[in-house]
Amino acid sequence: MLADKDRIFTNLYGFQSPGLEAARKRGNWDDTKKILELGPEAIVDAIKKSGLRGRGGAGFPTGLKWSFMPKEVKERPHYLVVNADESEPGTCKDRDILRHDPHTLVEGCLVAGFAMRAHAAYIYVRGEFIREREALQRAVDEAVDAKLIGKNNIHGWNFDIHIHHGAGAYICGEETALLESLEGKKGQPRLKPPFPANVGLYGCPTTVNNVESIAVAPEIMRRGWEWFAGIGRPNNTGTKVFCISGHVNKPCNVEEAMGVPLREMIDKHAGGVRGGWDNLLAIIPGGASVPLIPKSVCDTVLMDFDALKDAQSGLGTAAVIVMDKSTDIVKAIARLSYFYKHESCGQCTPCREGTGWMWRVMTRLQRGEARVEEIDLLQEVTKEVEGHTICALGDAAAWPIQGLIRHFRPELERRIAEYRGFVTRRAAE
Amino acid sequence: MSLRRLHHQQPASFAFSAANKARVEKEIAKYPAGRQASAVIAALWIGQEQEGWVTKPMIEAVAKMLAMPFIRVLEVATFYTMFNLEPVGKHLVQVCTTTPCWLRGSDEVVKACKKHIHEKPHTVSMDGKFTWMEVECLGACVNAPMILIDSDTYEDLDGPATEKILQSLRDGKTPKPGPQTGRRSSEPEDGPTTLKEKV
Repeated sequence: MLADKDRIFTNLYGFQSPGLEAARKRGNWDDTKKILELGPEAIVDAIKKSGLRGRGGAGFPTGLKWSFMPKEVKERPHYLVVNADESEPGTCKDRDILRHDPHTLVEGCLVAGFAMRAHAAYIYVRGEFIREREALQRAVDEAVDAKLIGKNNIHGWNFDIHIHHGAGAYICGEETALLESLEGKKGQPRLKPPFPANVGLYGCPTTVNNVESIAVAPEIMRRGWEWFAGIGRPNNTGTKVFCISGHVNKPCNVEEAMGVPLREMIDKHAGGVRGGWDNLLAIIPGGASVPLIPKSVCDTVLMDFDALKDAQSGLGTAAVIVMDKSTDIVKAIARLSYFYKHESCGQCTPCREGTGWMWRVMTRLQRGEARVEEIDLLQEVTKEVEGHTICALGDAAAWPIQGLIRHFRPELERRIAEYRGFVTRRAAE
Repeated sequence: MSLRRLHHQQPASFAFSAANKARVEKEIAKYPAGRQASAVIAALWIGQEQEGWVTKPMIEAVAKMLAMPFIRVLEVATFYTMFNLEPVGKHLVQVCTTTPCWLRGSDEVVKACKKHIHEKPHTVSMDGKFTWMEVECLGACVNAPMILIDSDTYEDLDGPATEKILQSLRDGKTPKPGPQTGRRSSEPEDGPTTLKEKV
């Protein structure tokens, strides 16, 4: 288990004040100037060596992403954009950072912004996070008043942080949709290339990062990349805030080491599965978009990018949704299909039409009102949607269904047989 | 996608109050010169706060203020689901029913809303005090099931706890937001397993 001294978010639960004075006592803003004195190249290099992978779901190496920004600022200014549009079902980690530990993020913006030669950051907070936005704004205002950021601050790098409030659209968590939304448009993803590091916000070089990826950066710089790289496994380093929801005795958020065994984490922090480990049916380990894993996999799997990929799932946002044996697993996944139908932005035909089609079939499968061949047809359609859309929402809609078919096909067939038996009996009567 | 259209009955006019106009101008100032369209969501939020819902004259006023074509603002108003395109009750109750909340019993929360507000969602209650609706994941999954009423979340709910909150609001009181079971926020129910010395 990760030791408390290695935890970055020491006010995750908000037992202490989120204010500047308390944050300083917890170690935030401690000699930030020294970090900046290393220079942009050295910061990017250290983040690369730390092995930090993006905490927003895709797991792209953060330092590498920063290094895509032009090395010189020409006529177009550089921008840092922070993705606080946390909307992936099961995920509520950024919420705690925004409301309880906001100075980790504010300081992270300065460090990251400096490393990519940006003088302005926009933090895009999802519409539903109203109190969280207010808490973050208070932290930004405090930092400006204390001359930690803003014009002519004590760090010698002019830096403004603006908070942008969304209005309810899951798709704005996709980086280019987020940029569109920031520009005052519908949040519909852009075709890539060009990538944001070249043409991003207002056509300028931009890097979009998740809240947690930015918030851990100052601590990595202070303690050294070796410290962060020493936690977890190679290629899966550092600490991570996990969200454990669903059928556990004590749902909670917890910062743990990457690669912690799933079962150990649930038992230690979440009070175990409701009714005991043997009552476990399946777990969605990384937010709604990743395929579920059955109990047999949960028994031994480690919680990191590579281990979960090997288990044909993914770490995603590290949102662990636990389902015990009382769960109507088909309904649980069908509800996610409805979610994707609702949140599809409508731009690409396979997603706009496919998400609705898949949801309708899932609704029938839930009742067993289908033919067995339709399971194969559904599988085929998920493959037609996956990879054929501008952004990953199509993939995200397809994967949970593929996971269900992969691991629970007998249950789908049982329901079909049961429904047919019911229909035949009714006809005979 | 969800189909969202402007309401069939629209007021004749809209104008930001002086204070709200100043707020919109402050929002515009966050963005580089010429990029005032970036403030469109903020402007509609402020308008919605003032009127309770987003009206056609409001969309026209925002378009004029931000020098945007009407259709661009209309697109934004209909794309983002937190903009109410029809009048709502004094308190807007948004019930999360996505899988993590459903697993923890959001059906009971929906039942409580049906009983206390209206059988049908998106319908103003008889006393004009509430409108309820089902929404997608609100991002408080370890405190499921939960609801968002106006600006505050109420978490770790069940049927009776939901009814109590609604009744309390109906009586003009201010129920305590956050978890309704006694825990502080997202830590395990009977106290954190980590960071114990920080409590």
